[in-house]
Amino acid sequence: MEARRKWIQLAVLAALIAVLPFFFPSGYYYRVGALIFVNGLSVIGLVILIGYAGQISLGHAGFAGIGAYACALGPQHLGLHPGLALILGAVISGLLALLIGRPILRLKGYYLAVATLGFGILVSMLLTNERALTGGPDGISVEDLGLRALLRDLGWRISGGEFWYGASGIALLVGAWLALNLFDSPTGRAMRSLHGSEVAASTVGIDVARQKLRAFVISAVYASVAGSLLALQNGFITPDVAGFMHSIEMVTMAVLGGVGSVLGATLGAAILTLLPQVLTVFAEYEQLVLGAVMILVMIFLPQGLLPSIARRLRGRGE
Amino acid sequence: MDALLQFIFSGVTVGAVYALVALGFTIIYNASDVVNFAQGEFVMLGGMITVFAHQAGLPLPLAALLAILATAAIGVALNKLAIEPARGAPVVSLIIITIGASILIRGAAQLIFDKQLHRFPAFSGDDPIRVMGATILPQSLWVIGGALVVFFGLWLFFTRTLTGKAVLATANNRVAAQLVGINTSWVMTLSFGLSAAIGALAGVLVTPITLVAYDVGVGLALKGFAAAMLGGMGNPKGALVGGLALGLLEAMTAGYLSSQYKDAVAFIVILAVLFVMPQGIFGKKSTERV
Amino acid sequence: MSLLDVNGLGITFGGLKAVNDVSFSVQPGEIVSVIGPNGAGKTTLFNMISGVYQPGRGTVALDGRDVTGIAPNRLAEMGLSRTFQNLQVFQEMTVLENVLAGYHLQERGPVLADLLSLPSMRRRAARAREGARGLLARVRLDKAEGQEAGSLSYGALKRLEIARALALRPKILLLDEPAAGCNAVETEEIDALIAELAAAGIAILLVEHDMKMVMRISNHIVVLDHGEKIAEGDPATVSRDPGVIAAYLGAEETEAADADG
Ligand SMILES: Nc1ncnc2c1ncn2[C@@H]1O[C@H](COP(=O)(O)OP(=O)(O)OP(=O)(O)O)[C@@H](O)[C@H]1O
Ligand SMILES: [Mg+2]
Repeated sequence: MEARRKWIQLAVLAALIAVLPFFFPSGYYYRVGALIFVNGLSVIGLVILIGYAGQISLGHAGFAGIGAYACALGPQHLGLHPGLALILGAVISGLLALLIGRPILRLKGYYLAVATLGFGILVSMLLTNERALTGGPDGISVEDLGLRALLRDLGWRISGGEFWYGASGIALLVGAWLALNLFDSPTGRAMRSLHGSEVAASTVGIDVARQKLRAFVISAVYASVAGSLLALQNGFITPDVAGFMHSIEMVTMAVLGGVGSVLGATLGAAILTLLPQVLTVFAEYEQLVLGAVMILVMIFLPQGLLPSIARRLRGRGE
Repeated sequence: MDALLQFIFSGVTVGAVYALVALGFTIIYNASDVVNFAQGEFVMLGGMITVFAHQAGLPLPLAALLAILATAAIGVALNKLAIEPARGAPVVSLIIITIGASILIRGAAQLIFDKQLHRFPAFSGDDPIRVMGATILPQSLWVIGGALVVFFGLWLFFTRTLTGKAVLATANNRVAAQLVGINTSWVMTLSFGLSAAIGALAGVLVTPITLVAYDVGVGLALKGFAAAMLGGMGNPKGALVGGLALGLLEAMTAGYLSSQYKDAVAFIVILAVLFVMPQGIFGKKSTERV
Repeated sequence: MSLLDVNGLGITFGGLKAVNDVSFSVQPGEIVSVIGPNGAGKTTLFNMISGVYQPGRGTVALDGRDVTGIAPNRLAEMGLSRTFQNLQVFQEMTVLENVLAGYHLQERGPVLADLLSLPSMRRRAARAREGARGLLARVRLDKAEGQEAGSLSYGALKRLEIARALALRPKILLLDEPAAGCNAVETEEIDALIAELAAAGIAILLVEHDMKMVMRISNHIVVLDHGEKIAEGDPATVSRDPGVIAAYLGAEETEAADADG
């Protein structure tokens, strides 16, 4: 039954990704779509951390920053292929999460929030201040992945927007698949049990610290890969990718859509990514609207959009 | 030696502002278990409203008073409109709500006022006072004095007045407080109003030194939050000590190491403290009941 | 050698000696009950034995090995399992998943296999699922397996906790007031289940206020009052003990009445 639900969710997601382009009024929307998918990917990582394991992080943009700058600096300084740089970034993020996760995850609630927040700020400060290496606050350009050129040589001509729409869409699908697998697995159950009661979890043999650490590392890798994809598709990156506001945006996307739900998180990512696009005409109102949305959703749909809607639909069906 | 004293002066001045923000965090946290990330916005509002009221022709003291009262009203509104309806929500939701409120207030301030940096004249002029080879601005004395007055005022309020004790009782055990007839909803209102007023006062005092713009709140909220955590969340003494310690630390780092990383060192120390003392310096240790 | 050996165990909360110098032991397959008035320290004792609280003084030995202050998950690996007086259910998980969590030690494997949903993981999970369904049937919750645990009644949650604890295949099971809040029929069932488990060789350490049940099924009774052990022995001996009668009549008249009624 669980397995069927997993494939339904993946099928819905895949269908949406495949069908949406038919409704795009212009090529520009491929860019927006790709951005949604990349944000969705990092937010799925947070679903694992916040939704499954019940741990908060206000510093996950730090890992996105590491992934992004790995793709910028790896090719430049180490002569790495950008694709390998993405993997290197993921490995660094994972190891770093492993290292700092152990002491940080002993903290609870607001203390955990401030510790993760501190970590994120430290990363973004390093990226901003180490001008010689990172180019400082003005950002740095990122080498092309080269995959599109390869496709062209094989006779398949697509625009940059189309390519990144497809590539990020596939990355999102893979990320969703892994997260859904995890949900209905021994590890996933162990993580989710922490959410319910850490004491009970430990008395049934679950190593609480270890499961938290796993969720933290996995979500860090998600954020890092998403950061790398963002850097690669933009061809340019600034330290803002690691900034406090980006961390907050990620958490808000997750909570907005429904923090326990992979599809919900993607929906949250879509809404918050589209919001500024929709509001471009009223750019001054963007913050006002964003703040109001955050408050209203938390008050009226505390489970997040998708689970609340699903619950309402189910309620009517019965 | 002179340099050290100079750094101490500047450290204590910023530290006093952090302490005021941290005290604001503490009051609300005690009354409601909510960490109000919009606390920095109160400081911004204090400064901004004073600036614009003063420009509109109000004398400075009156403009400042207006700013403090208006901000207190906004604090109360925040509680009534966003916090009380979400009572009992998990920590993550509360964090999102107050961060949402901070973004909303910032967005509104940017629309109503503008995006420029502003200041108004210092209360007692701009001539630095010389102390043993170092100098200190008269306005710094205002800031430090303000922090001390607020701290002792709060101390008197919580220990000597019935209302203050009601707030403490609510913090300790909400249900029990209700049972003995304390109006906990009024306590929440009071706490948000008070905390916003203190934030606004900080904004009024510090604007002549640091200037104010619609977006100064985020940084202050983070530092004030960090200071409160450093001292142990919910403890007024911790807020004061945490704020001053953070200010001094930043000043010393800026002076002796690198001004770029002055903010970084603050967070490194906080991480270090939390690793060793997961409850903060003055936080109490307790065994969670099962 | 006893299965569980508690020696001079004690803990202090802000000056209050919640448990002080308590010693007793449990043999395999034996039902030992801990009784005492409210606030006597029974739950605190359980919390120390199961590693949830760090004991201030004394030792706990399991199978002859010193396990004092060891983390609960390590104790679970060694065959100690428990339920809670104040329910500790995984509210947002289904009933089946709650019991599956109890199978964690048997179904866990490499995290990569879980992420990729490899056949090895699915085999592990399928075995656990089969066992969990059996346990749910045993506590008559098999019909509810797909429901969110949070939607169950209090009595059902009590049984769910027992099923989850049994999933560990424990050598010793600590039950903290399993029949509290249950009706007569449910109490009867729990009663029978406990006897069945003991007959299968599982040692039971029980806290229960239902004196009839305690007297009927216990092999051995430990009586706590104000954190101290005031008596110990078989049901007949304990129920005649003047100190025990005084503790119950003196402090907890109403409760004794409850237990009779
Ligand atoms: N974590 C804790 N922190 C402080 N005091 C505690 C803690 N846990 C228990 N106590 C205190 O220890 C004493 C014993 O409590 P305990 O819960 O063990 O009693 P009990 O015998 O289980 O009572 P009941 O029959 O009501 O369940 C009580 O006074 C209680 O308030
Ligand atoms: Mg008890």
